[in-house]
Amino acid sequence: MKFHRIYALSLRHIYLIKSSLPRILDLIYWPTIQIILWGFISMFFSLHSDYYNHTAGVILSAAILYDFLFRSSISFNMLFLEEIWSRNFTNLFVAPLKISEIITALTLTALLRTLIGVIPAILFASPFFGVSIFNLGPSLVLLFLSLYLFGITLGLLVTSGLLRYGPAFENIAWSSLFFLAPLGCIYYPLSILPDWLQIIAKILPLVYIFEEVRSILLNNIVNYANIITALKLNLIYFTSAVFIFYLAFYGARKKGTLINVGE
Amino acid sequence: MNEKIIQVKNLSKQFGNTLAVKCISFNINKSNIIGLLGPNGCGKSTTIGMMLGLIKPSSGTVLVNGLNIENNRTSLLEKMNFISPYIELPKKLTVEENLEVYGRLYGVKNLKDKVSDLMEKLNLNDFKSRKTGELSSGQKNRVSLAKALVNDPEILLLDEPTASLDPDVGDYVRSFIENYASIKGATILLASHNMNEVERLCHQVLMMKNGKIIDKGKSNDLINKHGRKNLEEVFLKIVRE
Repeated sequence: MKFHRIYALSLRHIYLIKSSLPRILDLIYWPTIQIILWGFISMFFSLHSDYYNHTAGVILSAAILYDFLFRSSISFNMLFLEEIWSRNFTNLFVAPLKISEIITALTLTALLRTLIGVIPAILFASPFFGVSIFNLGPSLVLLFLSLYLFGITLGLLVTSGLLRYGPAFENIAWSSLFFLAPLGCIYYPLSILPDWLQIIAKILPLVYIFEEVRSILLNNIVNYANIITALKLNLIYFTSAVFIFYLAFYGARKKGTLINVGE
Repeated sequence: MNEKIIQVKNLSKQFGNTLAVKCISFNINKSNIIGLLGPNGCGKSTTIGMMLGLIKPSSGTVLVNGLNIENNRTSLLEKMNFISPYIELPKKLTVEENLEVYGRLYGVKNLKDKVSDLMEKLNLNDFKSRKTGELSSGQKNRVSLAKALVNDPEILLLDEPTASLDPDVGDYVRSFIENYASIKGATILLASHNMNEVERLCHQVLMMKNGKIIDKGKSNDLINKHGRKNLEEVFLKIVRE
């Protein structure tokens, strides 16, 4: 892998972001709206429910973390879709870029895009709703890492589809996380799900991440077993997604779709 | 000079039940400009795609500088470049930003000087800070040409480089390519529907039809062989046979 090529591909997207104020505002807008919405819902429950009286911060923290996951995944997809929409796809693939460099550049730039959106939302939550994500303590770093890995994994799977099947796969890019959200137990404990769905949910790292968030915020207990399980699952899924991306590239070369994606 | 820069050997590509390219073979010598002619859908773009490593051949090989493109894609692409009217540069980036990004992708040394030099030679300075999507098709074409030359490629694959350009800009681009080839000694494959362009620029012409190379030779030799007045008539005769 060559740094100059990874930097060049990232630079292409950094130029795109910094050239457009509406684009930057769009990145910030949705996470902030999400936090405001969940902030008021949390306040309502705080005032009207004994149970949630102690857990107002849980919903808002979960909303911030879920948004971080959502932005990571969507950012990765968006970077790839930008190349298709601008019909620049073939130019990139006739450049001496390795697949590993493409994945690295998109992963790093997706993080930048995600942070532009989520940092203002995190800062916003504290003065307005008295909720700080930093209450999760040092484990927050591992939780963010886990969420980011899962977001990028989904991004890789969706872009594999785009690579292999072309822009027709675009709708999947937008809906991928909505399919998984109910099973991820983001706003409610795993025990809420029917038994048979719990079995499926347990193969998702999200369950362990958000169970852990609730454990820390409600009981002040850090259970590293959950964090490690989430990271292990993420590494398995991420490695598989990278492998699938390589397969998709191979399939696209065989099918000839690299030369006319976007048409 | 007879050094074979590109060797295409028994190259075929099948998409489903369609055999798009049927066992073609040809060589391109160093510093030669070769024209690839044929009607739409005859397999030109597929052939170029395989030469760039974008499409995996069903059988056969493409050797560039003696190395198989399938196994040495990244290192060989550093010395190659491609232009086509069917692909574009990012529209929201300025001309200068696009050239910088592609210069970095190709690892160009002294990039600022290189970009300035290309913008000067291709008359891009007046709109270097404008977004590429806002330019006219002639201006965009010159920016794409600058991108294709940013790494000083030894091998250029040009797919209809003057399609949809007015005669003045078309002539400008042709002269630029001609000049670049003679100064740098670049090897060029030119796919075009413009027969005058091919007659003017190419040392040799490959005629494709239905995925096969059905004739090849120097323009004049083909004109004489087929008893026609110019290459366009030869093209029409071959296509309609």
